[in-house]
Amino acid sequence: MSATTADAASRPAQEKPLWRRLIGFNLLTAVILGVGGYYLGWWIGHLVTEGKSFEYTAATDENDVALLLAYFFGVIGFLIGLGFANYPISRLLGKPASLREKEEHGIGRYFGLCTDHKVVGIQYLCGIGLFFFIGGLNAMLIRTELLHSQPTFTGPNQYLSLVGMHGTMMMGMMTSGILGPFANYFVPIMIGARRMAFPRIEALTFWLLMAAGFILTSTIFFGGFPTGWTGYEPLNDQAVMGMDSYICFFALVGISMCLLGLNMMATIITMRAPGLTWSRLPIFVWSVFATSVLMVLAAPMLVATLLMAAFDRTIDTSFFLPAGGGSSYLFENLFWFFGHPEVYILALPGFGIVLELLPVFTRKPLWGYRLAISGMLGVSLLSFFVWQHHLFVSGINADLRPFYMLSTEIISLPTGFIFLCVMGTLWKARTSFTVPMLFCIGWVFNFLIGGLSGVFLSDTPSDTTTHGSFFVMAHFHYTIMGGLIFAFFAAIYYWVPKMLGVNFNEKLAKAHFWLMFVAFNSTFMPLFVLGMEGQARRVNFYEPKFHTLNVWVSISAFVLGFSMLIFLYNTVYSLIFKREVALQNPWRSKSMEWQVATPVPVNNFEQIPVFDSDPYDYGTPLVIGDTRVGGAQVQGG
Amino acid sequence: MRRERFVVSATGRKLAAVILAVVALGALIGLYVSSWATAVPKTIPGTPSGSSAGAPTTSLVLQTDAAVGPQESPTHPDWVSYLVKQNGRWVRSTIFKVPANSVVHVTVYQFDGDSGLRNAFLSAVQGTGGGVETVDGKAVTHIDPEEASHTFVVPQMGVFVPLPGVEDEAKNQCEYGPCDPATMAHRTIEFTFRTGKKGRYRWQCFVPCAAGTYFGFGGPMQTLGYMDGYIDVV
Amino acid sequence: MSSSGTPAGGDAVPGPSGEPNHLRRFLAIWIGCSVIATPLVAILLGPLLPPGNGSDAASGQVTDNTVLLSMATPVLLLVVVYLVYALLAFRQPRGAALEGPAVRGHQSLQTLWIVVSGVLVLTLAAYGTVRLETGYGAGSGNGPKPLTAPKGEKLPVQVIAQQWAFTYRYPTYGGVETTHLELPVGKTVELHVTSLDVIHSFWAYQLGVKADANPGVDNVAFVKPTKIETFEVHCAELCGIWHGGMFDHGHVVSDTDFESWIAEQQARFAATTKALPKYSTTYTPEPLERGE
Repeated sequence: MSATTADAASRPAQEKPLWRRLIGFNLLTAVILGVGGYYLGWWIGHLVTEGKSFEYTAATDENDVALLLAYFFGVIGFLIGLGFANYPISRLLGKPASLREKEEHGIGRYFGLCTDHKVVGIQYLCGIGLFFFIGGLNAMLIRTELLHSQPTFTGPNQYLSLVGMHGTMMMGMMTSGILGPFANYFVPIMIGARRMAFPRIEALTFWLLMAAGFILTSTIFFGGFPTGWTGYEPLNDQAVMGMDSYICFFALVGISMCLLGLNMMATIITMRAPGLTWSRLPIFVWSVFATSVLMVLAAPMLVATLLMAAFDRTIDTSFFLPAGGGSSYLFENLFWFFGHPEVYILALPGFGIVLELLPVFTRKPLWGYRLAISGMLGVSLLSFFVWQHHLFVSGINADLRPFYMLSTEIISLPTGFIFLCVMGTLWKARTSFTVPMLFCIGWVFNFLIGGLSGVFLSDTPSDTTTHGSFFVMAHFHYTIMGGLIFAFFAAIYYWVPKMLGVNFNEKLAKAHFWLMFVAFNSTFMPLFVLGMEGQARRVNFYEPKFHTLNVWVSISAFVLGFSMLIFLYNTVYSLIFKREVALQNPWRSKSMEWQVATPVPVNNFEQIPVFDSDPYDYGTPLVIGDTRVGGAQVQGG
Repeated sequence: MRRERFVVSATGRKLAAVILAVVALGALIGLYVSSWATAVPKTIPGTPSGSSAGAPTTSLVLQTDAAVGPQESPTHPDWVSYLVKQNGRWVRSTIFKVPANSVVHVTVYQFDGDSGLRNAFLSAVQGTGGGVETVDGKAVTHIDPEEASHTFVVPQMGVFVPLPGVEDEAKNQCEYGPCDPATMAHRTIEFTFRTGKKGRYRWQCFVPCAAGTYFGFGGPMQTLGYMDGYIDVV
Repeated sequence: MSSSGTPAGGDAVPGPSGEPNHLRRFLAIWIGCSVIATPLVAILLGPLLPPGNGSDAASGQVTDNTVLLSMATPVLLLVVVYLVYALLAFRQPRGAALEGPAVRGHQSLQTLWIVVSGVLVLTLAAYGTVRLETGYGAGSGNGPKPLTAPKGEKLPVQVIAQQWAFTYRYPTYGGVETTHLELPVGKTVELHVTSLDVIHSFWAYQLGVKADANPGVDNVAFVKPTKIETFEVHCAELCGIWHGGMFDHGHVVSDTDFESWIAEQQARFAATTKALPKYSTTYTPEPLERGE
């Protein structure tokens, strides 16, 4: 550890040896305590299930109680090891309140509990990226299996588990896909604050998600789960131990989502800098707010539902088992009451990103700011009134169907507002086709197709054929992947130069976009046809007449996967080898986060700024030599 | 990209180390997941046994156990399972290979007790040679639904074969597999069916025999290699 | 400088000399494309749309899909043509750093958009409701108490879903149960879909029927097959390991063929039919709970 290295990173004169630095509340301790907690829970579970009521555990060689307790204690141990219990305990012992924990420099703070919102943002970006690629690998395996009209490569159990893991991982991880990395990093800066309202909770939401992702991947050691991401009862009850991994995963994700939303709302409501009224808030922050409302209200429903499912699986309750007096419909309704707001949690941040980026690359103010806000809030509100459109053919009370058809049709109205705002912003613009702009344009096209296909699905007669078919798959992949993921990459290419201080290689980035856009459409457009022609979801047998189209889709999916590798290569190349230093404001944006230095200083601002307008002051003449006109002014005080 | 020798900074090197570790881990995980996903029981070919009714005959000898035993399934010794005879030894596999356009002659040594069918309709024999099955030498067209212990059903071929169970009071019942037909209580069921085109046809048991699971259809009833399998017609 | 007010549009007025009237151009292209494409979609593509004309429900869905696609075509063209036009016409010249006009909105355009899209959406909802109720559920499962039912004689057929096969029971033919569904052409069928264990879904593609099978629930769907053909039956709700393998093929046959087929089934399964429980709209057979 010589002090004379080639780069100028300063080191303290005396440094603790590596082994001393490893002792303490960090990731290593967390893993050790997590494993310890796992075995403790397992042992307690076996102790508890020795009685007569748990005879089934001997007959089935499966002990759900043990696994659930093992996961529970494992997560507790993990969180204690990271140091999340330190502050509550120190306060209980009377120590004074403090805000900062472990914000020293170095790469080590990215692997532990850090209360710097910028560190948490980058942790989220890497963590979610990791699980996104794991989910993507599952999808590649699924499409490999679907190259043949009969099961060929994967066993049927593993196939269903792959289908379930892909869906569950993606849904659980990408709900925080934009809020986690980008809202955590940039919302405080955009509103002129030094931190989030609850920094430790912010860190907690990240580590809960990481623990959850690990738990979900561990399902393969316990036999996987056969229900897909929707976890329907009574199949849920019938499933082997791997189902408990799904239950734990979503419970942790639900808690993480709820806390994330709460934190965002508290920050946006209470910590805006002077002069930043609601009508001057960046549209991205509005979308984060609208999403947070949904997260806080919908996520607890999921946690409660899964707790009931866990009870059904372990202590013989019958919430969802008709034979015991329960109802399978109850699960469907409870799940989709969460599930529908969930998909708007996925869609809204995408709206926010695109509307935030378009003004920068069209050099015009955002067109229809108030309309966009009412669109987002309208979507938020209405998303709670549409969930039974997932149950049109399931035998729900026939009186309800016209109402849900109406409400589902109506929710396309506020979504349409967003499109009008996009179109208005593009009118008579000065568009430059940077990589983030390309992804935004991709978003517009993909979400249009996704949204229009949703109109077909909301029409009950048409839904009779398309429910549960590949048409639905195409619809939600267009809105979630074509929508959210394209916005996710737009945000990455837009903001990572600010976050990490290095630029991406533009040629590779454009190659990534074009390959991804073409491959994405090639993969998912035929699925509309396959669904309408009669191929059901989640199947490993299909009619031989669908073979050619399925081969086409699978090959396109492999190309889509390859385009992600281009992105990965670009990341590694730009981050490690090229390290081209990014300008402070390469996009000449008027938004607050671009007015601070790159990389962003620890306290964000020297002085809290005072706002006098929204960040869409484009269209005014430039003052020569200064790229920071209009928008936020940094003043004394 | 111009080929230059980049000086990698210390931060760059740390990042490189982290990314390399992640990639290596990811590759290992990917390999593990792929091998897990493609793990299926091995395919057991039927034994050729001459010809009958103008078509080549293949024979399969199976047994059904109430608890397959730690030897055949270390992780789930208490699960019910089918076993198949290969070269004189009992093997736990449910993927059988038989030739196309031939007659398959199946012998099942049924060692398990009865659970009863949830749908009594499946107690009728369908799709077999002569529309019958032979139970301990007697040809029958259906069995008592309450006595069903397992079934052998190939839905795509229309083959439905209910297998009656060993009586509760029978002596010398098999506890853990593999079970021995020479010494332990069992029923012997024989039937034939014809295969047509090439392809992979699934077969399953329809009796709720998975103890401790909801409707008896969980666990081994939903796992390839126990109560479900494939007939690969080649 | 930063007004969030509503300045006059200024889009309809021709710009400075040489600048074409973009609005007129775009509208001309869009309207032109729509006028060509929409009738093509409605008249040529419409009748070919899935799920085909195998039954009244299926034909109804073809009509509905045609209407939806015809309404979606101009909307799709609006956004796509606009996107292509705007991205081609309004570009930042190479190497320049010009700003666009500081227009923040246009009240009357926004109002027009809200009103037009509102009308479209409400029309679709009303249309869908009318088609759903006049179509007796349009082939979908109505639950145990459908709002409307076709008049006249109906053939009741029960679809029993279990892990992992469909079986079919004919209550008016002695409660005989069969492995395949055969239906007489031209007769209204009242399907009662139920499950013995987990949630399945009965999807008869060419008949345009999909009804979830829930345990302990009777899900009623109406259909009148209109063509003699073979139809595919697939399970459309994930039900376990063989969800993908839970399929069979049914047949719509002539009246006489149907009668002879069902008589043959009754004869063949006479003994088994006696062992079946009495016909009921739902069943809860043993074993039910954990443990055998």
